[in-house]
Amino acid sequence: MATHMTQSSQPAVHGLIAEFDNPNALVAATAKAHRDGYRKMDAYSPYPIEELRHALGAPASRLPVIVFIGGLIGAAAGFSLESWANAVAYPLNVAGKPYISWPMFIPVTFETTVLFASLSAVVGMLALNRLPQPYHPVFNHARFSAASTDRFFLCIEARDPKFDLKRTRAFMDTLGALEVAAVEG
Amino acid sequence: MANGVQAVPDARATTELVPVITPGHSFVSVTEKISKIVLRKDTPIGWFLLFALTLGVSGLLATSLGYLVFMGIGIWGNNQPVGWAFDITNFVWWIGIGHAGTLISAILLLFRQQWRTSINRFAEAMTLAAVACAGLFPLFHTGRPWLAYWLLPYPNTMGMWPNFKSPLVWDVFAVSTYLTVSALFWYTGLIPDLATMRDNAKSRIGRRVYGLLAMGWRNSAYHWQHYEVAYLLLAGLSTPLVVSVHSVVSLDFAVSVLPGWHTTVFPPYFVAGAIYSGFAMVLTLMIPIRAAYGLQDFITMRHIENMAKVMLATGLIVGYGYSLEAFMAWYSGNRYETFMMWNRMTGPYWWSYALLILCNVVTPAFLWSKKVRTSVGALFVISIVVNIGMWLERFVIVVTSLHRDFVPSSWGRFSPTIWDFSTYIGTLGFFLMLLLLFVRFLPMISIFEMRTLLPSAKVDEAHGHGH
Repeated sequence: MATHMTQSSQPAVHGLIAEFDNPNALVAATAKAHRDGYRKMDAYSPYPIEELRHALGAPASRLPVIVFIGGLIGAAAGFSLESWANAVAYPLNVAGKPYISWPMFIPVTFETTVLFASLSAVVGMLALNRLPQPYHPVFNHARFSAASTDRFFLCIEARDPKFDLKRTRAFMDTLGALEVAAVEG
Repeated sequence: MANGVQAVPDARATTELVPVITPGHSFVSVTEKISKIVLRKDTPIGWFLLFALTLGVSGLLATSLGYLVFMGIGIWGNNQPVGWAFDITNFVWWIGIGHAGTLISAILLLFRQQWRTSINRFAEAMTLAAVACAGLFPLFHTGRPWLAYWLLPYPNTMGMWPNFKSPLVWDVFAVSTYLTVSALFWYTGLIPDLATMRDNAKSRIGRRVYGLLAMGWRNSAYHWQHYEVAYLLLAGLSTPLVVSVHSVVSLDFAVSVLPGWHTTVFPPYFVAGAIYSGFAMVLTLMIPIRAAYGLQDFITMRHIENMAKVMLATGLIVGYGYSLEAFMAWYSGNRYETFMMWNRMTGPYWWSYALLILCNVVTPAFLWSKKVRTSVGALFVISIVVNIGMWLERFVIVVTSLHRDFVPSSWGRFSPTIWDFSTYIGTLGFFLMLLLLFVRFLPMISIFEMRTLLPSAKVDEAHGHGH
């Protein structure tokens, strides 16, 4: 967010966007832009494309760690709730079994593990993606709605240190795009 | 040997080639075909007729439940010794139906079965509707549903806590977790398609509502990256969950000492039965919907036949469960077990056991024939028969075990009242009403996953490795 502040003197351009009609062209263009030194960019496609992540040079998702921690918290919460409730808060003698009969506590512990891990997966995914996000400048591009049907877009953003309206545009014209346009910020 | 190995793939090649999506489709045609069902202005008249019918039947449910709250559960036929009857039969039946959704979505995803793509969204919606119906039965069987929160562990002025050694408490956790995780899985799967709907909606309200639900999804590579990891992890978490839910439901029975319930075969046999009935219900619903909306290109004979094969396999496991129950009752030498089985087969409810074997063991044997597996009409009939059979299975387990236990002085009979039937039929209407709403307002096939199946979606390796 800080980079936005420092660039507020620049013209109100979110970036330059190139439109492609097939996934190969988008992956090749993204890889080329990355080789050329651009880093603050994003690629848009109507379905997930594994190769795009590599072309963008994006690091692996941290989501598995979040889910693992969520699952551990769920397991601990479930088991300690059961032990505390049936041994401390309301000691309950069932057929002379120990208050904390751990095998009997596994089903609920399992369910809370899955519940917490699943909630962490969804909430974590939304948080990492900064969703819900009511406004994003890329939607200002008139053609952008095609990204959810059959078009593929590469947007090099103005906050990239190497971004220069003229030079970046000249570079993007070499990518074989159907159209290159500026996106209002 | 070498010839045999050679011959098998050749012979199968012709049948294996039935595609999961009819050739000739493009990104645009897939998107339009599926989203048009929702975004069209002219709702088919048949939809309105069915909706009115199911709304009326849901009204019957509301009336039945309202009368139950007013009068108490004495309006149902269950009484000592048959304290569980239609309510628990229906609960287990609905939960079982709810197993197909997560099985198709999660387990088939982990096994990389591409054919799941056309049917997973619908099956997940079916799961949610079925679990909602299932939950009503134990909730209203409490008699005072407004006190159902007593089942949950929370600090209260009575100073009491649930007994966590009881399977009935496990059930509360299993079913509520299953409902929550199924809803999360379903909604997560919908997000990219909601963005597609937002971008294709013509009306202002459509754009607003789908836009709100899509939460600003913009098909970015970064979005997709986290999304795919989240979806895979949810699938991995749901797979043991779906197995656990019906296992826990079966423990409600198996942990008790009642002959007919107290058996270790219950968890796997319940899970297989759940998948069996779930696939049967998917077929029962998918066959008319496929025809009504002209979705034969996406739900091909490959899907239909594969579902029939899953039904055949799980039907065999269920049949094995029945024979094992009978064998163990005899082999145990326990007079109560032996009597229970004999009473089940020849006692006052013999007809339910005979019908059960007819519906669940004899009928699916027709699925060995490829001709039957590829006949939509035959499968529709068989799937309904299996649904009935699976309901009878739960009725047999619940009622025949309870009505004659150890002491003849406590024997009794159960006969359902009109309110037992009206509540059950009411949930059928409510279930179908929820699905009609789903089909009308949300894309019933995952659009973005269908796009990945198109040949034009492939990325060549040569272009893929930019650095």
